[in-house]
Amino acid sequence: MKKTKLFAAIGGIGIAVLSVFLIAADHVDAPSVAGQASDIADFYAFQGDDPSNTVLIATTQGPLMPGEQTNTAAFDEDVMIEFNIDNTGDFIEDLVIQAVRRGDSMYFFGPYMKAAAGLTSTIDTQQTPSVVKISTSDDLEITIENGIKFYAGPRRDAFFFDFERFNMVASGAVAPEGFLPPGEATDFFENLNVLALVVEVPNSLLGTAPEHIAVTAGLFPPGALPNSYNMWVATKRKQ
Amino acid sequence: MKIYKFNILVVAVCASLFLVACGDDDDNGNVIDLVTCEDGVKNGDEEGIDCGGTECEPCAVAVDFSGNWVQEDVMGRPGINTVFGATNEIKNSYNVTATSDRASFQQGFQDQLELYHDVYGDALGVDIDYETNILGLDAATFTTVLANFDALQVSPTGQTVYYDGDTGVALTGRGIPDDVIDVSLTLMFGGMNGDRFDGNNGTPQLTSDGVDFGDRIVGAFPYLEAPNQ
Repeated sequence: MKKTKLFAAIGGIGIAVLSVFLIAADHVDAPSVAGQASDIADFYAFQGDDPSNTVLIATTQGPLMPGEQTNTAAFDEDVMIEFNIDNTGDFIEDLVIQAVRRGDSMYFFGPYMKAAAGLTSTIDTQQTPSVVKISTSDDLEITIENGIKFYAGPRRDAFFFDFERFNMVASGAVAPEGFLPPGEATDFFENLNVLALVVEVPNSLLGTAPEHIAVTAGLFPPGALPNSYNMWVATKRKQ
Repeated sequence: MKIYKFNILVVAVCASLFLVACGDDDDNGNVIDLVTCEDGVKNGDEEGIDCGGTECEPCAVAVDFSGNWVQEDVMGRPGINTVFGATNEIKNSYNVTATSDRASFQQGFQDQLELYHDVYGDALGVDIDYETNILGLDAATFTTVLANFDALQVSPTGQTVYYDGDTGVALTGRGIPDDVIDVSLTLMFGGMNGDRFDGNNGTPQLTSDGVDFGDRIVGAFPYLEAPNQ
């Protein structure tokens, strides 16, 4: 009885709850950007193979099918991808790394302080950009300049999620027990691709990390979490 | 570029023939005369000063980076807007609101978090509320963290991970293999022990989607694998 009700309920929760999960971490997250070059799929930030570096990854336009869809996917020359770094703890960007495609190459500016923080950005054209040729499925291009590594091009989508099971759960009482156990669940993204930007930057170029926000907010005691930058990625369209 | 190549040659010659007899200074004079790509003069078949033609790097193309660029999408932590934005209007609005200015979204996020539990509870005829999660965050605090502080916290020292159940390290970054879906589901539905709706005791499995990083690998830079063919 109770179990039956629980299982019936999951149909409801499926529609109301899990449908909002949609298909990925940020893939197709909002109607105004769905299907556009500005649609961010995922954002990663982690310590590099060189522990004094931080790696920033933005993936966009996912998911892409292997083959023609991946091979013809292109960064939009009117869409800037901008990594934002807050190193003072106020969630206002202090430094940015901006990337814009021109022709067959991606041009990177920064990390530097842009003219004004906020939703509208400009590029300081007095700066000399670093340039990396955009890679293809068969051609890996990497630029290393001033200790910073740059990559732009298609990669395998690293995001993993049982999206098809999710659809069953979200469609009602088709999957009353919720998600499937390991071994029965299927990773929808396993064979799909994204357009990726990867930048590995020495921490010495990012300023001093502020106190971790969860400590500042009193959620964790002092010392429980290491000082940490606040980082996010934005896409911005040329007006 | 050409100097560089020539220096390699000189070093190779030194190493193979002259051994210790070669010094740093003996590539002067006999090298510079051969170089045209760095002499500040347009010569040979160069298309510009020290660029283009058969010998030099391509000339820089004049590129335009002017203008104002206005935000369309943004992402800090995974899934925030997707999961907690209740309507299309809210999702669109969230994407074009500055990261530092999201306090107004907190109540909506909390309502959405509770709605998920209410829908479930209503069907059962019982009252089910969100339960303080394994990070010790109640509904208001949890959604405040999500709305007001929607960025990845990234430590320049030590492990960078979304949440590592083995080490207990959390909120210091997001690595490629991190199972952010399971972490998010657990924080929403797992209660204070992380196992509230885990598929046991007649509950549905809502704290894990059952898939992991699989056969993917994290290689050297650019870390992500080559695209699926």
